[in-house]
Amino acid sequence: MTLRLKQGPAATRVLGIGSTQPERVVTNDDLSTIMDTNDQWIRDRVGIIERRFAEKDELLVDMAVTAGRNALADAGITPSEVDTVIVPNCTMPAPIPNAAAQVADRIGVVGAGAFDLNAACAGFCYGLGVASDLVRAGSSGKVLVIGAEKLTDWVEPTDRANAIIFADGAGAAVVGGADEPGIGPVAWGSAGDLVDTIYMRDHRYLSQEGQSVFRWATTRIAPIALRALELAGVEPSDVDVLIPHQANLRIVDAIAKKLRARGAREDMVVADDIKYSGNTSSASIPLALDHMRKAGTAKSGDVVLMVGFGAGLSYAGQVIICP
Amino acid sequence: MADKEEILAGLAEIVEEVAGVAQDDVSSEKSFVDDLDIDSLSMVEIAVQAEDKFGVKIPDDELANLKTVGDAVDYVAANAA
Repeated sequence: MTLRLKQGPAATRVLGIGSTQPERVVTNDDLSTIMDTNDQWIRDRVGIIERRFAEKDELLVDMAVTAGRNALADAGITPSEVDTVIVPNCTMPAPIPNAAAQVADRIGVVGAGAFDLNAACAGFCYGLGVASDLVRAGSSGKVLVIGAEKLTDWVEPTDRANAIIFADGAGAAVVGGADEPGIGPVAWGSAGDLVDTIYMRDHRYLSQEGQSVFRWATTRIAPIALRALELAGVEPSDVDVLIPHQANLRIVDAIAKKLRARGAREDMVVADDIKYSGNTSSASIPLALDHMRKAGTAKSGDVVLMVGFGAGLSYAGQVIICP
Repeated sequence: MADKEEILAGLAEIVEEVAGVAQDDVSSEKSFVDDLDIDSLSMVEIAVQAEDKFGVKIPDDELANLKTVGDAVDYVAANAA
């Protein structure tokens, strides 16, 4: 008995991008009233000026629904055209239920294939890679990938090492078939030997070994970004926009510097969305891309290099053509 | 292998590049944190560059023990390949 297989289109692209952030803006001065920190210290260490915190009744799934709807609107397609919803995240209130099924239902993607994906801050790039391959294999027609996080549920509010960094938000992309490749192969991997560097203290509060993570991110991630370029057949000098996960502005700058040393252009636009969004884990890359498109710093047709990295440790990157 | 004077000069170059501290201010008795105002993440950047420059491994737990510029010079001198 030979089983029948499906075959999708040879190429995929990002059809649309959308995002959302909570209304509530939290400045460094706001934080200095509840913990021993100050505006200059935070700017110097992580480059954040302000971030958004969700209200108590504003859930991860609420933000995911809004970001997903915005991405569909941007792509100009209806929920009925989507058949698969992936929600990369690591901050649901509990392990069960997942986010994706209820998010799909609320958006109106009836009976969607729906699953969460936990690759922490690398989640969006992992999800985009999976979505692209699902379409190419014929398993899915159009896929909605929504990185969504409510990190403030899992950060001790007065922990000055972490509460100044992490924030809430969601960013989404619609992936579908294309005539010309608009999503390059994913370069992904993990470093499970470093599992203890980003962890939940007392099974409750997000914590990290700052120096170890910083060293890893500033030395190991640029080579992953270069690998993503190589897989897509793109030279560093072809990159118009670089969007590293918005973990810390100093890590972003270090990655950009390393890529420029390998031929990336001085006028390559480098995402610095962390300044006003904080670190939103799996949401940070699509949030940055959406903001940069709206600001005109990322334009349709631009070659965009994205690379995510975080707990696990996990990492993933790929090249896309900006929709 | 580099002698301590050469290591100090090389280290001073790295500290200037990473933290913007004038090379002349980077002397053996200075504390990275208290005198040169270098934060923990900059210390990592200095360590990574020193590893490349001197062919030495400086793990994070060793890095925590390098309080002064002189400590770092001694560590590199003792551990460089």
